[in-house]
Amino acid sequence: MKTTVDLLQIGDKATIIAVDLDRIPLKLLEMGCFPNNDLEIIQIAPLGDPIYLNVNNGSHLAIRKEMAREIEVELHAK
Amino acid sequence: MSIQNITVALIGNPNTGKTSVFNQLTGLNQQVGNYPGITVEKKLGFCKLANNIKANILDLPGTYSLNASSIDENVVIELMLNKNDKLFPDVAVVVSDVENLKRNLLLFTQIKDLEVPSILVINMADRMKPKGISLDIPHLEKELKTKIVLVSTRKGTGIEELKKQIIEYKSLSTEPCLNASSIDVDYFDKLRKAFPNQLLYKLWLVITQDVNFLNLERNEIRSSFTKSHSDLKRLQQKETIKRYQFINDTLKIGLTIDSEHATDLRSKLDKILTHKIFGYVIFFGILLLIFQSIFDWSSYPMDFIDTTFADLANYAKRHLPAGEFTNLISEGIIPGIGGIVIFIPQIAFLFLFISVLEESGYMSRVVFLMDKIMRRYGLSGKSVVPLISGTACAIPAIMSARNIENWKERLITILVTPFITCSARLPVYAILISLIIPNKRLFGLFSLQGATLMILYLLGFGMALFSAYILNKILKLKTKSYFVVEMPNYKLPLFKNVAINVLEKTKSFVFGAGKIILAISIILWFLGSHGPGKEFRDAQKIIEQEVYNSEYQINPSVIPDRVSEYKLEHSYIGIIGKSIEPVIKPLGYDWKIGIAVVTSFAAREVFVGTLATIYSVGSKSDDDITIKKRMESEVHEDGSKVFNFATGVSLLLFYAFAMQCASTLAITKKETNTWKWPLVQLVFMSGFAYITALIAYQFLK
Repeated sequence: MKTTVDLLQIGDKATIIAVDLDRIPLKLLEMGCFPNNDLEIIQIAPLGDPIYLNVNNGSHLAIRKEMAREIEVELHAK
Repeated sequence: MSIQNITVALIGNPNTGKTSVFNQLTGLNQQVGNYPGITVEKKLGFCKLANNIKANILDLPGTYSLNASSIDENVVIELMLNKNDKLFPDVAVVVSDVENLKRNLLLFTQIKDLEVPSILVINMADRMKPKGISLDIPHLEKELKTKIVLVSTRKGTGIEELKKQIIEYKSLSTEPCLNASSIDVDYFDKLRKAFPNQLLYKLWLVITQDVNFLNLERNEIRSSFTKSHSDLKRLQQKETIKRYQFINDTLKIGLTIDSEHATDLRSKLDKILTHKIFGYVIFFGILLLIFQSIFDWSSYPMDFIDTTFADLANYAKRHLPAGEFTNLISEGIIPGIGGIVIFIPQIAFLFLFISVLEESGYMSRVVFLMDKIMRRYGLSGKSVVPLISGTACAIPAIMSARNIENWKERLITILVTPFITCSARLPVYAILISLIIPNKRLFGLFSLQGATLMILYLLGFGMALFSAYILNKILKLKTKSYFVVEMPNYKLPLFKNVAINVLEKTKSFVFGAGKIILAISIILWFLGSHGPGKEFRDAQKIIEQEVYNSEYQINPSVIPDRVSEYKLEHSYIGIIGKSIEPVIKPLGYDWKIGIAVVTSFAAREVFVGTLATIYSVGSKSDDDITIKKRMESEVHEDGSKVFNFATGVSLLLFYAFAMQCASTLAITKKETNTWKWPLVQLVFMSGFAYITALIAYQFLK
């Protein structure tokens, strides 16, 4: 199922399909957020934001919802 | 035999244990300074590699790549691009973390493109077994064209091997490990032809980065080879993905993770520490512990230091030959130094906690937990770090706001951080509270004095949030908001790292502030013990006459005290103090307090030292009494106490809000690159302080 990272739940795993290159910083790419990499949602902060993910099997980072919206993913079946 | 000197640069991602490697190599042979013109800390250390070979080791700020997004990261690029810099390394040691190898190698491939001899350190090798990681070192060395050293700073292994590799640096390959220019062959071919003598990757960095570059005609390169911003960004993205492809291919053979062996402490800890209830409970518990250590535990060594310095001044007075010089020592220098030494315990505790929180990886979880809440006030989760460090000192705190990517959030953080109760306010608070608040316990539990201190801390924090909220509404800045925080693995802090950090920070704080305080004490002493007119010179005669001519019977034993009091009033400092009295009188301060308020504009803690100096100049009694007792016995002409409740509260509020710190203004200027913001801070904070102190005094008196 196609969706964006801000809509995922804790524990969801997905593969990145596309990122909006003009709207996300290079730094996010350097942390491993680019197409064909996998990510997993580790935790979502109490007020729903930020989101804590594990990208590219090893890079752990937290991003805000607004940026998560720019990352399109294919959700893995559970 | 000549001594060979090798310059080594330690480069690496944040949280890879780069500084641990630095500490292992250099021990206490370190110098901390600033890069010229900027406030990024520069750590240089020395290490003996062999009998006649020494190494100068430079610990560069942590960076994720050579594409800079902060001043800290710029430092790395500027150094690596400038072969003429005297710190330009003979060999680059890239430090990586075995659990984050994939991401760490991105930076490594970029460093290799600069064609500098490079060694790859894979740190935290002790984590390989519990994590089920195995490495094919020969394969990795071949693909990455480098030497790899496995290091565990926790176990202390691999450091000797690293030293050996550094000595052999000339045999290292300087060949890049991939050809990144294939992302746009035409463009890079043209670039290469136009500047045949320059390294291609260097040219690319000059085009894409906003760095100072000395030797290359940057404008020339840019004008003929520039592309639109989004084209450049697209190329950078292609470059990054290309590098990752290479890294993935290399690690496919070089790295295997047997996940069955992996025990996951991290996710268990994360579940608790970022939990929606426990997460906050734990965080506030830790904050309470920090405050407890500052308020309570530090008071024992502080009392000891206080009385020791009073004894010392007294001892100097009695045992040195009488004269100007002895007076300078016992009335100027010793009380002045005592005023700064006294808060070493508090500073040390604060830096201890902050470095443990940073080292353990916990600070990132706090950032994660607090981001949404802080955003309501126009701040970022990352503002928590400056706001907590602000309880130690606003200067490093403002500097630590650098990693906030959003300019508006960063600016607001910088502007409000000085409201946080810093350790320089503590000696002022401590002495005033002990004068005006009775040493009693409420319900036999809470100490009233402790509770007052707590209220002052909350006041500072509340004021910081309140002004952030206002600034967020007023400031019309359009900035792209982005927020990327690495969530590092949890680590038990290394004792050596924490100890060195606490030592360095305390030392630089004490010496930095100490210099100002010492100078001010000497000037004050001079101004207080010299005066221009007849009144000062003939004080003895005037007072004697007054006493004998008086209608009342006055005990002649008060003459010495009266004389010194009279002298002080007519000294230079007395004259200055009296001239500012009209401004400060409505706040409930006499001219002596006024002098202390003015001199403590340089730094708040000077307040106590100034009063100590003024009162010890103004008294001839030889008792070894402490500053506090002197303040207690200070009375107005009508016999009422100078430090009464209303004046005390007025002073407390004044110091809670006023921008009484020249260094903070200087750092704000540096960080915001304009005088506008420090001026805003000064006018707003000090104006607000004056008004609240005025209202409080007029209401309470």
